[in-house]
Amino acid sequence: MYRYDEFDHAFVSARVEQFRDQVGRRLSGELAEDAFKPLRLMNGVYLQLHAYMLRVAIPYGTLNGRQMRMLAHIARKYDRGYGHFTTRQNIQYNWPALSDTPNILADLASVEMHAIQTSGNCIRNVTADHFAGAAADEVADPRPYAEILRQWSSVHPEFSFLPRKFKIAVTGAERDRAAIQVHDIGLHLKKDDQGRIGFAVYVGGGQGRTPMIAKKIRDFLPEEDLLSYTTAIMRVYNLHGRRDNKYKARIKILVHETGAEVLAGQVEQEFLQLKNTELKLPDADIAAISAYFAPPALGERPEGWANLASWKKADPDFARWVHQNVAPHKNPDYGMVTISLKPIGGIPGDATDVQMEAVADIAEDYAFDEIRISHEQNIILPHVALADLEAVYRGLVATGLATANAGLITDIIACPGLDYCALANARSIPVAQEISTRFGDPERQANIGELKIKISGCINACGHHHVGHIGLLGVEKKGAELYQITLGGSGDETTSIGEIIGRGFEPEKVTDAVETIVDTYLGLRLSKEETFLAAYRRVGPQPFKDALYGAKEQEAA
Amino acid sequence: MSDKVLTANRLSDGISVWLDAAGNWGESLQDAFIARHAEAVSALEAAGKTAFADNKVVDVNVIEVVEVDGVLRPLRLRERIRAEGPTMEYAPGYKGLHHVAAV
Repeated sequence: MYRYDEFDHAFVSARVEQFRDQVGRRLSGELAEDAFKPLRLMNGVYLQLHAYMLRVAIPYGTLNGRQMRMLAHIARKYDRGYGHFTTRQNIQYNWPALSDTPNILADLASVEMHAIQTSGNCIRNVTADHFAGAAADEVADPRPYAEILRQWSSVHPEFSFLPRKFKIAVTGAERDRAAIQVHDIGLHLKKDDQGRIGFAVYVGGGQGRTPMIAKKIRDFLPEEDLLSYTTAIMRVYNLHGRRDNKYKARIKILVHETGAEVLAGQVEQEFLQLKNTELKLPDADIAAISAYFAPPALGERPEGWANLASWKKADPDFARWVHQNVAPHKNPDYGMVTISLKPIGGIPGDATDVQMEAVADIAEDYAFDEIRISHEQNIILPHVALADLEAVYRGLVATGLATANAGLITDIIACPGLDYCALANARSIPVAQEISTRFGDPERQANIGELKIKISGCINACGHHHVGHIGLLGVEKKGAELYQITLGGSGDETTSIGEIIGRGFEPEKVTDAVETIVDTYLGLRLSKEETFLAAYRRVGPQPFKDALYGAKEQEAA
Repeated sequence: MSDKVLTANRLSDGISVWLDAAGNWGESLQDAFIARHAEAVSALEAAGKTAFADNKVVDVNVIEVVEVDGVLRPLRLRERIRAEGPTMEYAPGYKGLHHVAAV
């Protein structure tokens, strides 16, 4: 993984001391709230319902055991013993005191982490496929390019005051595990006919109150042009993006109002001016950054095949976990492990300090000290020998992290919702907990198969409800919570925005509604192989409407 | 007119607080000073502005409450959750959707 150089260390340390001074002046009354608020936001400090919240960046979701231990330490020393991993591969702490935040940032800096650009109208943490560098279907590792973008965009003077926040995602495989088509810029790493590395470039995707699927404006951008082309996009956005209305300020609105073709033309024109400038990436620089992401030396471990077969035979729970939470690695002696942060009835994305330390131990002992956070709010160990899976599993069981539900109906994404968030209109977490409890039986989940439920507590869509196979959006109606259901959304290479199925449901009825939808699917699927999404795309919304609302109600409406 | 109390978040640690009759900011809604007429609400608003200007608290708001059998309860769910904390256990565990704050 990337290691800070002297410049990085000096920059992050200076930023901590600058913020320490700002916090000191705020607490003494020298700085007023209006002056201080933008400064704290630039350092990831929000004010939520119950307390401040600190969002810490985990660049492209990659960290090591030492860093995970520091996240645990912060949870224990400065917070209430837990943290919340987010849909942008970051971690949030829900209870830090403002007066402690400089010390927290100093602790983070000691392990090469920070909270810069986790808020504000700037380029946010660049996200990537959580299986990067390990997936069997990968063309190339997206993380070196995400790191290049991170370095280029960090406190970039031209792009620190954009019309609105800006999110970039990179994937390195045909299978899109980074939801690139719902990002401001989505980069799909690929090879052209001559085997050169480059990107398909998507622009103007996003969720929030106006969900949009990104438009592809370049089929193939050579890797050396990554920064010059991205700069061209940013310049067009910075110049033409709307600043008169916060809700129309994202680049998706600009793409929509300008038209993708016209916008692509503007970008190409800007790109022509930038193409052969200092922004062109030299091969040597790409190679130097790529070297940080060299895969670990994976020795041959063929004994794992036989071991695995006998362990699975002896322990059905272990077999289920392997089946559901271990994916094929590019090296057949290894697997990619998903550590589910979705215990049945638990809080999606939350981990205690003890659990974080257990993950750090396991990663150091069995996974080459590599850890990832997925945008689906789980933890990934990308390189685990099949021969070590049993030991890893036992370690996870001991700390309550062995739930075998990756990709199943209880692997729910949920934003913090009204239990924490100042923007929310309704709760998300308790809804996720109730659905998870209802469908928690392993046999039932396995029978339902792949089904992604995503829950947001307000229209800002941090819980990605627009791209949930079943999406739930919490709203406030007449002072009470109501949950609007969308069906058929997807955040993969076949991205689609879910369709609103009908009137919303009260909190005590929403789990029943989800169950009705699931039962309807089970009744109409052609076979067990036809997933919920495939079935929905085949039959459309009507059977689900009929089941939820009945013919009479629909007629009356 | 519904009863009103003054709430904010403490500057130093962000914790939710309510203004009591002695002019102190405490962590319990139940100790809050209740404004029952327009003049009292104006006094609350003035106290909020002063406390904000004095850098004691941030995000100051007058909120509506009802008092039933001596227990204060905010009208909005958002404020009930602010007063009582998240409606589930923080660490893994399940309380259900029908926690007291929600009903």
